[in-house]
Amino acid sequence: MDFDPVLLARLQFAFTIIFHIIFPSFTIGLSAYIATLGALWLRSGNDRHQMLMRFWTKIFAVSFAMGVVSGIVLSYQFGTNWSRFSVAVGNVIGPLLGYEVLAAFFLEATFLGVLLFGMNRVPPWLYVLSAVVVAIGTAISAFWILAANSWMQTPTGFELKDGVAYPTDWLTVIFNPSFPYRFAHMLNAAYLTTGFVVLAVGARYLIAGRHIEEGRTILRMAIGLTAILAPLQLVIGDQHGLNTLKHQPIKVAAMEAHWDGSKPADFHIFAWPDEMAGVNHFELSIPKGASLILTHRMNGLFAGLNSVPASERPPVKTVFFGFRIMLGIGFFMIAAALLGAFLWWRGTLFETRWYLRVMAHCWWLGFVAVIAGWVVTETGRQPWIVEGILRTANATSPVPGTTIAGTLALFVLAYAVVFWFGIYYINRLITQGPQGQAATEIGHFSRRPISAARQ
Amino acid sequence: MEWYLPVIWAGVIGTAVAMYVILDGFDLGIGILFPFSRSEAERDQMMRSIAPFWDGNETWLVLGGAGLFVAFPRAYAVVMPAFYLPVIIMLLALVFRGIAFEFRTVSHSKMWWNVAFTIGSTLAGFAQGVILGGLVQGIPVRDGAYAGGSFHWATPFALLCGLALVAGYALLGATWLVMKTEGLVAERTRGHAKLLLMAVLAFMAAVSLWTPLAEPRIAARWFSLPNFYFLWPVPVVTALTAFFAWRWIEQSRDVPPFLAAIALFLFGYLGLVISNFPYLVPPTLTVWDTAAAPASQIFMLLGTLLLLPFVLGYVVFIYWLFRGKVRAGESYH
Repeated sequence: MDFDPVLLARLQFAFTIIFHIIFPSFTIGLSAYIATLGALWLRSGNDRHQMLMRFWTKIFAVSFAMGVVSGIVLSYQFGTNWSRFSVAVGNVIGPLLGYEVLAAFFLEATFLGVLLFGMNRVPPWLYVLSAVVVAIGTAISAFWILAANSWMQTPTGFELKDGVAYPTDWLTVIFNPSFPYRFAHMLNAAYLTTGFVVLAVGARYLIAGRHIEEGRTILRMAIGLTAILAPLQLVIGDQHGLNTLKHQPIKVAAMEAHWDGSKPADFHIFAWPDEMAGVNHFELSIPKGASLILTHRMNGLFAGLNSVPASERPPVKTVFFGFRIMLGIGFFMIAAALLGAFLWWRGTLFETRWYLRVMAHCWWLGFVAVIAGWVVTETGRQPWIVEGILRTANATSPVPGTTIAGTLALFVLAYAVVFWFGIYYINRLITQGPQGQAATEIGHFSRRPISAARQ
Repeated sequence: MEWYLPVIWAGVIGTAVAMYVILDGFDLGIGILFPFSRSEAERDQMMRSIAPFWDGNETWLVLGGAGLFVAFPRAYAVVMPAFYLPVIIMLLALVFRGIAFEFRTVSHSKMWWNVAFTIGSTLAGFAQGVILGGLVQGIPVRDGAYAGGSFHWATPFALLCGLALVAGYALLGATWLVMKTEGLVAERTRGHAKLLLMAVLAFMAAVSLWTPLAEPRIAARWFSLPNFYFLWPVPVVTALTAFFAWRWIEQSRDVPPFLAAIALFLFGYLGLVISNFPYLVPPTLTVWDTAAAPASQIFMLLGTLLLLPFVLGYVVFIYWLFRGKVRAGESYH
């Protein structure tokens, strides 16, 4: 069997980072939701808000722990799998990732402990303040990661000497051209992802006829949030797409499977891109749709895949289908959220059982959309690992393919076990539902995230 | 150009590694000692003694890894591929051990999680020792990149270091239990601590003899003049520490044996630093060869120096909060 080390290194990294991103995309949103519940509780003094806050904090604890565990692995994989990347751009990427680690480290060492275990030890205002700080902290973590990734897409603020990047202006490095769009898009995606999980849990309680009052509160909050954020994501995504067209036109061409840049581009609802022949089969298209989206004119032109040699193109099918999955879920989310808002306005939201039944099964939508979106943006950058500076093939470590394949198998095995237990555990917490009694066992205080879930 | 920046960073990372080895060392040691316990109640008590601390301890490993990437990308880029298998096995072992903590208490069958906890802890310690040993022995480097195979690290010396670290962590764990538990667990562990102390001293002696014999640069560092005049106290003080550790265990003291075990670790660490500084990747790359651009080191140093006091303060606070002994039969949830 032939082991291609570059492909295997990418597969292994893709696997561990996809596994990891599931948890931050949930905890970023969830911490903000918990902080919101806390603020409502402080203002209204309503016990239900406090009870819900505690309930979601337990789920947050498990997810955060899984995020940390899978994140430790990543901080070593930049070296194990991408050592030449680390040398070439470590001067720039290193501190950005380093600040993320510091932010997470700092959080875990301080306010997270208060949030997880401090309910009965600190005054309410401090407790809620901790929730707010944790929410801001997770967003700051995202800030640094997105700055690092955006720099790999649109690098600025550096100079190259002998193939090694040296920072010349940190502000330009951090606020590189694609960063504001990518950061807004990802942050909003995290909030939306959480919104749909919360929505699903609320719907589940109402269908089951348990925790009715809590379920209604949850549902109202989730629909209020997603009805605003889902359409907003369309606007942000559109702007992000225009920015990508400006800086990475071939990525956009792959997203739309647009081969011939001399003609306006159709929007393909479905197609089977044929990378050998440079055409699409089985097209089902909206004529000139992609031109309208990307140039905001019917007959607008943008570069096609044929404008560069095949060796300079990303894998078209992955990018094309990844984009369609993300887009499809995005439109479904907009429709579901607006329909929910409409039912709420009509006053029939809690009685429309078919809607609740569908929504109870939609908790996973955001996660798949986030993963699909990352696959699009990362695969779409190929063959570069840092656009225009370093090719992926030149970024790997001197490690043979068989070694990477073996450890990849170990990762798959280990993460399957961890993931299964994590999901099992979170599901059990949701089935238990919000509970009336506050945590009381002060003597058995422990600061570990998951043990908070047991109190 | 700014020769002192890499030295400061070496100090920061060296501190993080020392913090990690001592702090996570004793809780990994509990996992290594798990098979010598007699009942689930005893195992609950042992886990309870480290429950509030272990994941804070583990975060120092992230700081060490990320710090190396940020401050010394060229060393990071050589060391990680060179120890590809031990690093990944260590990470997976830590993952399993970490979740064993949590799922042991909710699972119907504790047996499997006990096994995962023991194997994960032992394997993590062993892999760390192997990495350390392999590093001391030297890594082949060509054009700034690792130039060996996937199993270059698998030498008798590195494997010896793996065993040595497992014994060392077990000693830290045993003296921790002597300090933090009561009843049968404390009694029995006192006996283990003596055996482990002897094993650790044997390993330290073996490493101290082996390295100067195998590596002329290390022999020259220690035995050339005037170095020897300054360095001879290191082994003497280490031996004295070991002697007192033995006596304190004999006298059934609670806290001093643990402190002595920490001191032994620090002297061993100091010995390795003396043998190898300023090499980060012996025998070719120094801290200056591998340093990131000064602009990058300064930028990161600002944040680190700002936040590190908070983290250290929190470490002190949490150990103070959970001071005192864990009684027999006390589980942690």
